[in-house]
Amino acid sequence: MTRLRIHGGRIIDPGDGVDTIADLYIADGHIAAIGKPPTGFSADQEIDASGLVVCPGLVDLAAHLREPGQEYKASIASEVRAAAAGGITALCASPDTIPVTDTTAVVELVTRRARQARLSRIMPLGALTLGLEGQQISEMAALREAGCVAVSDGGRPVVNTLVLRRALDYAATQDLLVMLTPADPYLSDGFWMHEGWVSTRLGIAGIPVAAETAGLARCLALVEETGARVHFGRLSSAQGAAMVARARAEGLPVSADVAMHQLFLSEMDVSGFNSLCHVRPPLRAHADREALRAGLTNGAIQAICSDHQPHEPDAKAVTFVASEPGISGLDTLLPLTLRLVDEGLLTLHQALGLVTAGPAAVLGQSSGRIAADMPADLCLFDPEHPWQLNDDTQHSRGRNSPFIGWEFTGQVRMTLLGGRVIYAASGLA
Amino acid sequence: MNLQLRQNGGLRHFLTTEGLPRELLERILTTAESFTGVIEKSVKKVPLLRGRTIINLFFESSTRTRTTFELAAKRLSADVLNINVATSATTKGESLLDMLRNLEAMQCDMFVVRHEDSGAAHFIASHVSPDVSVVNAGDGRHAHPTQAMLDMYTIRRHKGDFEPLRVAIVGDILHSRVARSQIHALNALGAGEVRVISPRTLLPRDVESLGVHVFHDIRQGLRDVDVVITLRLQRERMQGALLPSAQEYYQLYGISQERMQLARKDAIVMHPGPINRGVEIESAVADGPQSVILNQVTNGIAVRMAVMSMCLQQREAAAGESA
Repeated sequence: MTRLRIHGGRIIDPGDGVDTIADLYIADGHIAAIGKPPTGFSADQEIDASGLVVCPGLVDLAAHLREPGQEYKASIASEVRAAAAGGITALCASPDTIPVTDTTAVVELVTRRARQARLSRIMPLGALTLGLEGQQISEMAALREAGCVAVSDGGRPVVNTLVLRRALDYAATQDLLVMLTPADPYLSDGFWMHEGWVSTRLGIAGIPVAAETAGLARCLALVEETGARVHFGRLSSAQGAAMVARARAEGLPVSADVAMHQLFLSEMDVSGFNSLCHVRPPLRAHADREALRAGLTNGAIQAICSDHQPHEPDAKAVTFVASEPGISGLDTLLPLTLRLVDEGLLTLHQALGLVTAGPAAVLGQSSGRIAADMPADLCLFDPEHPWQLNDDTQHSRGRNSPFIGWEFTGQVRMTLLGGRVIYAASGLA
Repeated sequence: MNLQLRQNGGLRHFLTTEGLPRELLERILTTAESFTGVIEKSVKKVPLLRGRTIINLFFESSTRTRTTFELAAKRLSADVLNINVATSATTKGESLLDMLRNLEAMQCDMFVVRHEDSGAAHFIASHVSPDVSVVNAGDGRHAHPTQAMLDMYTIRRHKGDFEPLRVAIVGDILHSRVARSQIHALNALGAGEVRVISPRTLLPRDVESLGVHVFHDIRQGLRDVDVVITLRLQRERMQGALLPSAQEYYQLYGISQERMQLARKDAIVMHPGPINRGVEIESAVADGPQSVILNQVTNGIAVRMAVMSMCLQQREAAAGESA
C-alpha cells in the first residue's frame, strides 16, 4: 500500500481545533501522523499542498443519486464522480429510489454500484416504511445489517401518526437513527412555494411555515415518548429552527440540517417563475434565511447538506408548478461553505465542521476528522482560486442549479478516499 | 429587465398588468377607444394585421375569452387558428415546448395562451423566437391582463378619471387571476382606493402587499364605493373547507340591491362572468341599471384588438428603428 506525504498544506481538523501548516503522513489508507513522520516512514508519493487547505473529505447527509430507477437523471457512477470533484468523500443516499430502498436487495445494489465506482463512501438510508408508503414498517434490522446508516422517510412524511410512533419505537429498539422530513403533508402536498407576498403575486399556491412547525411538533411529541434518535432534514423556517434548538436544549435526542441553498436563496428568487428555485421545502422569506444562518452557530443546526437532486433538463423546462423540485447541489457544497466564511458569518473552522465532523456526528460516526488512525479521506482546496460555476466546471450530470453563473473563491484541487487520489484538478498529479 | 417590453419601451408580450407603466396602460385604453368605432360600424374590419397569423392556444376551456380574442383578431384582418388542447397529457411540460416549436415552425406571429398553470404564459414567452409575441389569456391564478384591461376600459367609459374612484373587488381573490390583474392595473392607473371584500379563506397571504385595503364585512366594504367588481365563485370552493356553503356565502357576501344602497348612488357593478345568479350576485343587480356586465363583453373585443395590434405593430416599429 502506498505511503503518502502531503506537505506544506494548512491542515484543518474541525474536530478538535487543529489549524496548522504541517505535513501529513498517510499509510495503508489511514492517517499515520501529522507534523512529524512516523519512525521509518518513507513516502512513495509526495503531494505538494503549499497554499492549499487540507481538510477532511466532506460528509453529505442528503443526496439523491437516482439509481436505481431514474438513471435518465443521473447514476451513482456519474454523481460520485461529481462528489469527488467537489471534495465530498461520504454521502447518504436517499431511499426514494425506484424501487424504494426498503429491502436488502436494493441496499446491496446501491453498495455494489458504489464499490464499482470506488469514488465515495456511500451510506445508504433505508426506508422507514415499506415503499415509503407510511403503512408497514420496514425490516430495519436487516437494512442496517446490509449497510444502512439510518432509516428515513425519504422526503415523504408518514401521514399516520400511529405508524410513525411505532416506526420510531422499533427504530429505537434497534438503536437506529431516524431521519424525518418535518412537514405536515396536508399543508404542503399540492402547494408549490413559500406562502407569502411573492406567492400571492405569482398566484402560486403557497406552503405555510406551519407545514414545517406542525410537522416538527408532531415528531417532537413522539420523540419525547419513544426516546428515538431523530434527525430532521432540511429545515426551512425561523420557527422550525427555534423549535429544534429548544428541543435540543431540553435534552431531546434530536438534530437537524439545512440544505445549502436555503442559506443563500429566498422566495424572492422564485420571482419570474424560476423553476430552478423550485425546491421542497420551499425557499422562504429573507428573515427565515437569516434565522437559518444564525442556527448554524446557536445550536439549532448541526450540519449543512447539499440536498443534491439532479434532474434531466426536461424536468425543469416546464412551468414552475409542473417542474420537479430540487437543485443539483454537489458542485456547490464546498464553494458555498467557503462563501459563508467570506461573508463573515462563520470561521473557516466552523464552516468546515458543518460539512465534515458535524454531519458525521449526526450519524454517530467519528469520521469527518483528520486524526491519527482515521481513514485518509481528504479534501485539498485552494482557498484563493477564483472560478465560475458553468457548464464546463459543473460535474454533476444534473445541470439544474440556480447558482450557475455565480463566481466563487476556493476550488478543490485534490480529493483522497482512504489515501487514494480519487480526483485531481487538471495540472495536478 | 421586463420580459414584456421591447427595448424601445413598446409592448412585446402582454403577460401581466404588474410592473407596466401607467402610460402604457393608458395607451392600451386609448387605442381600444379608437377600435370601438370600428366595431360599431357595419363593416367591422381594419386591415392592420393583414397577413399575420395568430394562434389561440387554449389549454383550458373557455368560450367567451376565446371567442372575443378570435373576433378581435378577425376584425384586425389577421388569420386565426384555434387550438384547444385537451387538458391531459399534453399539458405536461416537454410536449408543451415541443408543441411550441412545431407551431412556431408554421411561421405564426402571435400566441394567445390560456393555461391552468400560473406562469405558463411567462414560460412560453421566454421560449418563443424573438419575432413572436405572446398574449396571456389567463394563467392559473396568476394573471388575466386583457380581462383586467377591458374592465379598466369599462370603468373609464363610465366613470372617467381613475383618481377619485373607490373600487371594491368582492369574492374569491385567492384563486382569481382576474382580481390580481385588476388590482395591479387599478393601482398603476392611480385609482383612489382599491378594496377587497372576502372571508380570510378566500384571500391570499399578505394580500395587502398588492396595495389593497382588506374588508371582511361587506357592509363596511361597500360603503361609498364607485365600482363594485364581483368575482365568480367556483362551485368547487365548497369542497376543501374554504367555505361552509353557497347559502352562507351569499348571505355574507352576495351583492344584493339592498347592499348596493351602501355604495354611491351612481356606482356600477361589474362581473368578469360567467355569473352565478344567487351565489355571488342577485339577478336584480346583475340585470339592473347599475350593471355594466354586458358592456364588459363588448369592450373585450376592442381591448384585445388594441393589445394585439400594439404587440405586432410595435414589432415593425422596432424593426424599422434597427434597420
